Amino acid sequence: MFSHPFIKFLGRFYRGNTAAILGSVIIATVIFMSACASVIADNEPNKRVARGHQPPSAELLLGSTRSGKDVFSQVLHGGQISLLVAFSASAITTLIAVAVGISAGYFGGRIDEFLMSLTNVVLVFPQLPLLIILAAFLGQVGPLVIALIIGLSSWAWGARVIRSQTMAIRNKEFILAAEVMGESKWRIIFVEILPNLISIVVGGAMGTCIYALMAEAGLEFLGLGDPTIVTWGTMLFWAQSNSAFVVGAWWDMVVPGAAIAIFGGGLALLNMSIDQISNPKLKTGGYIKTWRRMKVEVEAKRAAL
Amino acid sequence: MVSSNQLMANVADITNEQMGTLEVENLVVDFALDSALFKRQYMRAVNSVSLTIKAGEALAIVGESGSGKSTCARALTRLYKPTDGVLRLNGQDINCPENQISQAHLAKQIQMIFQDPFGSLNPVHTIRHHLYRPIRIHLPRLEGNEIEDYMLATLERVGLSPAKQTADKFPHELSGGQRQRVAIARALTTGAKFILADEPISMLDVSIRLGILNLMTDMKDEGIGFLYITHDIATARYFAERTGVMYVGHMVEWGESDSVTQTPHHPYTQLLISAVPEVGRKRENSISKDHSKSQIPLWKPESKGCPFAGRCPKVSNVCHERMPDVTQVAEDHFVRCFALYK
Repeated sequence: MFSHPFIKFLGRFYRGNTAAILGSVIIATVIFMSACASVIADNEPNKRVARGHQPPSAELLLGSTRSGKDVFSQVLHGGQISLLVAFSASAITTLIAVAVGISAGYFGGRIDEFLMSLTNVVLVFPQLPLLIILAAFLGQVGPLVIALIIGLSSWAWGARVIRSQTMAIRNKEFILAAEVMGESKWRIIFVEILPNLISIVVGGAMGTCIYALMAEAGLEFLGLGDPTIVTWGTMLFWAQSNSAFVVGAWWDMVVPGAAIAIFGGGLALLNMSIDQISNPKLKTGGYIKTWRRMKVEVEAKRAAL
Repeated sequence: MVSSNQLMANVADITNEQMGTLEVENLVVDFALDSALFKRQYMRAVNSVSLTIKAGEALAIVGESGSGKSTCARALTRLYKPTDGVLRLNGQDINCPENQISQAHLAKQIQMIFQDPFGSLNPVHTIRHHLYRPIRIHLPRLEGNEIEDYMLATLERVGLSPAKQTADKFPHELSGGQRQRVAIARALTTGAKFILADEPISMLDVSIRLGILNLMTDMKDEGIGFLYITHDIATARYFAERTGVMYVGHMVEWGESDSVTQTPHHPYTQLLISAVPEVGRKRENSISKDHSKSQIPLWKPESKGCPFAGRCPKVSNVCHERMPDVTQVAEDHFVRCFALYK
């Protein structure tokens, strides 16, 4: 079982790669705690359980909000929706980016011209203002609509990257060989080209995931989301509109902010390690360690002289 | 278990069609030079080339980079669309608009081997995948164990044993020569009658080249026709019965390999042969010194004359005006050069 190539690959990926291990542990922990929110947290997220703005204590681990709700329970339950939005927006983005990028890169010609002009149009739109205008236009929208808006407006960059990689692979001889063999176009795309793009696609998906998490929180913080649904963004929105910092209830603001930062950081760490695999030039960590050790040795010798 | 030989014989029956020929008649291939908006400028990569490959024989095409050798082969497999000319497989027009041969049928008859053994296998798939797909596409009658047996038999046939271990490997676990053998095995699994080998040994170690050439010779003896593209005129003579010399898209001299290489008549062929390094031979005359500096022309549809005129030591005025006609200099040896008339 341990000889399966995928397990071997995982072994190679994690060995000595502190960033990847740390990132994976953070992501796994956050996902696990959000998923088991109703088991871990005693209180309902929207139930009034204490007086307003109680500081963290043994009873209320992370204190209470202005309206007396349990912040610990809210951050866990809010994570479910925030993560769902981030992942589904990232999935939509990745799907569109892969479809557009590979089709443009593989078929070329007219199809390429058409898809790339479409991509360029999406690319030049300033994304956050567009998100704000769309969200404002649609009124206070639920998390799924936000996921859709983010997903549909942020695929262009990934599509360009995937297109150029596809074009590089497209002219490799194994693709010509498959064409001479009489393989269908769709098989060439999905079986011959796509597996070669995995690291770029996964890296892009994680990057989009961070972006979607931030964009969703940003929109909701500005009051463009549905404030009755508990997410990390609406938690920040309520904390801000109740002047949490001004009245000294820092936990109300810091907890959802820290949740976003920690999860985003975890994704960034993992993304960084994937970058190092797809681009070995970035793999410097080990060399810097070696260089430092050698430097210390040389200086020790010099001091001895 | 059915022995692999028996199985091979069965498969040979399935794919056995009449001993055929692959003919190219006046092939012209143009490439657009400009952007897609104004397609006015073209370059003529192949200009009126005719050749015939017979089953069980090899035709070598020799020429420097950019002479249109690979373009010929790629036009034959439909990777490029010919601008003009007729391609015939067993007498049947390949690109005839009505009654067109399907890509699958064409692929079953004609296969290609590429130059770069590192680029011609997909790094994310095992060798098994590379052989399994052509069997699935072209021999749908085989099932289950038969596929496996046939695949392993083909690997043994190209000298990759133990076949079972090789099949489970990824391309990066094989050497260049082994990969090229896998590429040949892939071409063979379809039961192809013609193999277009596009510089199959130029990127291999010298010590491995002969092994691949001998393997291809064995295939040839089993009735497969080869188009052997190379810049190495010495291996052309070793492997191929007939040789054609191309220069900037034109076939300038062709015929029986021995005759072409022993008594070259075209100045370009002479130049090529003088460029073959040989121990103990001094660089003879100054052909290459004086004339190698001039530019290789970019051939366009409206260009005229002999493409070699700019570099030719025997050039005369008429060379710049039109392409010389074909002259027969021996029983199976043809040249296109004005210098022969003098």
